[in-house]
Amino acid sequence: MIEFEIPKPIAMTNNALETVAINMMRPKSRYFDEHEHEIPWDYINFMHMAMRQTGAGSLAPEEKKKKTDEQGKERPRIGYQTLAFMLEMLSWGDTGMYLVTPGGGLGAAAVEAAGSPEQKEKFLARFKGEKPAFGAMAMTEAQAGSDTSAIRATAVLDKETNEWVLNGEKIFVTAGHKALCESDGLVVVWATIDPTAGRAGMRAFVVTGSTPGVQVTKLEHKLGIRASDTASIVLQDARVPFDHILGSAEVIKDPTTKGFKGAMATFDATRPLVSAMAVGVARAALEFLKEKLAEEGVEIRYGLPRTKLTNIEREVIDMEILLRSAWLLVIKAVWMADNRKPNSMEASMSKVRAGDIVTKITQRVVELMGPMGFSRDYLVEKWFRDAKISDIYEGTGQINRLIVARQVLGYSGRELR
Amino acid sequence: MYSFEPTEEQQMLLDTINRYAVNDLRAQAYDADEAGELPARLIEKGWELGFLQASIPEAYGGFGDRSAVTGVLAAEEFAYGDLAGGLAVLTPGLFATPILLAGSEEQKQKYLPPMVEAEWQPFTAALIEPSFDFDPLDLHTTAVEDGDGYVLNGVKMYVPYASTAEAMIVYARLGDQTQGFIVEKDAPGLKVGERDKTLGVYALPLYRVHLEGVRVAKSDRLGGAEGHEFAPILDASRLAMAAMAIGLSRGAMEYARDYAKERDVFGVKVAQKQAIAFMLAEMATEIEAIRCLLWEAAWMVDSGKPEASKFAYLALTGAADAAMMVTDRAVQVLGGHGYIREFPVERWMRNGRGFAMLNGLVVI
Ligand SMILES: Cc1cc2nc3c(=O)[nH]c(=O)nc-3n(C[C@H](O)[C@H](O)[C@H](O)COP(=O)(O)OP(=O)(O)OC[C@H]3O[C@@H](n4cnc5c(N)ncnc54)[C@H](O)[C@@H]3O)c2cc1C
Repeated sequence: MIEFEIPKPIAMTNNALETVAINMMRPKSRYFDEHEHEIPWDYINFMHMAMRQTGAGSLAPEEKKKKTDEQGKERPRIGYQTLAFMLEMLSWGDTGMYLVTPGGGLGAAAVEAAGSPEQKEKFLARFKGEKPAFGAMAMTEAQAGSDTSAIRATAVLDKETNEWVLNGEKIFVTAGHKALCESDGLVVVWATIDPTAGRAGMRAFVVTGSTPGVQVTKLEHKLGIRASDTASIVLQDARVPFDHILGSAEVIKDPTTKGFKGAMATFDATRPLVSAMAVGVARAALEFLKEKLAEEGVEIRYGLPRTKLTNIEREVIDMEILLRSAWLLVIKAVWMADNRKPNSMEASMSKVRAGDIVTKITQRVVELMGPMGFSRDYLVEKWFRDAKISDIYEGTGQINRLIVARQVLGYSGRELR
Repeated sequence: MYSFEPTEEQQMLLDTINRYAVNDLRAQAYDADEAGELPARLIEKGWELGFLQASIPEAYGGFGDRSAVTGVLAAEEFAYGDLAGGLAVLTPGLFATPILLAGSEEQKQKYLPPMVEAEWQPFTAALIEPSFDFDPLDLHTTAVEDGDGYVLNGVKMYVPYASTAEAMIVYARLGDQTQGFIVEKDAPGLKVGERDKTLGVYALPLYRVHLEGVRVAKSDRLGGAEGHEFAPILDASRLAMAAMAIGLSRGAMEYARDYAKERDVFGVKVAQKQAIAFMLAEMATEIEAIRCLLWEAAWMVDSGKPEASKFAYLALTGAADAAMMVTDRAVQVLGGHGYIREFPVERWMRNGRGFAMLNGLVVI
């Protein structure tokens, strides 16, 4: 049955998260925007403690046995829905700060999806320890962004020591510095174990701060999300034990190993979460505008034909439509993930939509605030800068359009490049 | 909880309507549009699917309960076939649904059972007015209390099947409210004028209706002497219109998609060009997103949420824009061929423009 009731457990957590957003994030937004590369430890420590207590926050909900209620009926899974709400709310607070929330992030999500039970045990325990730890995922290289098959980082097995030897340079690694230098975290590094095999040769390796030959060489200065560190990582004969490879070590015999596909499937699941973050930023901006309008005594009259609306009413109504429809598309995508329905198309649709609307809405709000929109007295100009990243990482708007188009057309990657 | 899955019953209904939409409505849409007329048999066949009958309780001759969610699912499928044909099949709902939602017990007993049990009959409603600032909540047509009844004056346009209608609900301003009044076909002062000439839905007969001192008894005021709330009727119209905008858009997107996969340009299929493929991706995303918005609004109506009216309004506004965006691009995907009437996309573009302004052409 089609329904849209927010599940009760989500509604409850949401209230708590809103308090965090209002009290711990908003008051610090400007400071960490203006002090790039400083670390919001208060927020980090608080979230670490809170998430340890509640077990919330991991980007890949663990494969728990299906829960049943008293009558033995299965309770519906809502893990990804819970995360979408959480990320939306925290990004409404401050999306840059959300990105430094401890707990493993995309790195842990990849381990969760592609690791063996032993690997999960070994690598993920650190995120539940006394101190906050960070996870990161390093795919992008200078010559390989959207085209991930162009990565050049290599992993070669040293048969004598049974270690993988990694070489290469990764750029734009979100939380890479925090994972390697500021905590006992991990980075999942993509490298090829067979440069002649293309995608089939690509594997993910777990690298930690104690791995010899790993170095953070640069922290980027950015348009927005400045509270989030964006690191370059150089791997120079970096050695990790054999069992740090996620998925099978064999290439040619079995080019579509489950491990590789599993890791890719994580991205279908995490993509709508990035969309949820975008929606949070868009909501922040639109709500701010509506508040300011209300203070000025401007009321939005819903229900009138366009002819009778003022321009500002029209703008607000149109933005509400964009925002709400984007959010519901996110919900649909995560609802599908929770219900184990293939959601690759909806995940990318949500990303296309969210990337579009958050850039559009924040840009409009800056304009509609007049000269004050341009002022750093308010956070609107910051949200406008923060927003743009949503259209870039986790697949640019164009890459996600490609994915949607292939699904719509029934085309392979070869038929539609 | 969230769910995006129709019930089994709803799915069966959808499959039934979909078959009719594709095999009948769509198949005959071109001829009907050119002729400016829909075959009676086509409409009757749609009526026999029993959608409206299934939304009316047994006590009034039907065999089910009205659900806004079921309504939007069904309306999307009808419009996916053909907007004009779908609107024709649903025209009796313009009369029956407001009576169901807002009518007095007496009105329900009097009108619903004979309508539901008979074949398709032209019962209709007159809401839209010939003015730039048409607003269902601020009508120019007036109702004035006069002794034991009301007197109606004004001009209405786009009244489906007005020339043959057995009865219609005329909406008018009474004080500061929009109220419905039941007017039978031979009421003195009711004059059906010329057929309206329109941008789209050529096949649907729409008329000007003049009300010149039409007298209505108190008992024929919708809801009886006390009147009724207008919001539920307006919401029902908004949702149905929005759903039809989505259905029409989906038809256009799919047609453009299939065409683009066949059409050769520069040695590849035109769909293999990103300029075209991205348009299709955006069209599909738009439809999916606005459909979610619509479903939520319909669910709000069914669950009696206080913000339902606002969301029904947002859904229609969004769906009307989506229909324009999608049909415009569908024509673009076909290039010059899109401009030619043998290809349906130009018809969909014409039909797609009305959703924002023509609230009241359908109520389910
Ligand atoms: C703040 C930030 C954080 C990031 N975090 C991470 C991270 O944690 N881990 C990580 O691995 N990466 C991360 N990235 C990298 C990010 O994912 C890439 O920047 C992104 O995928 C685009 O790659 P690129 O910058 O090389 O652009 P390019 O791939 O060079 O793209 C340039 C332009 O071409 C378009 N384009 C590319 N291919 C096509 C095509 N086939 N068809 C049509 N258009 C195309 C793109 O959409 C874009 O507009 C981050 C980037 C930033 C800025």
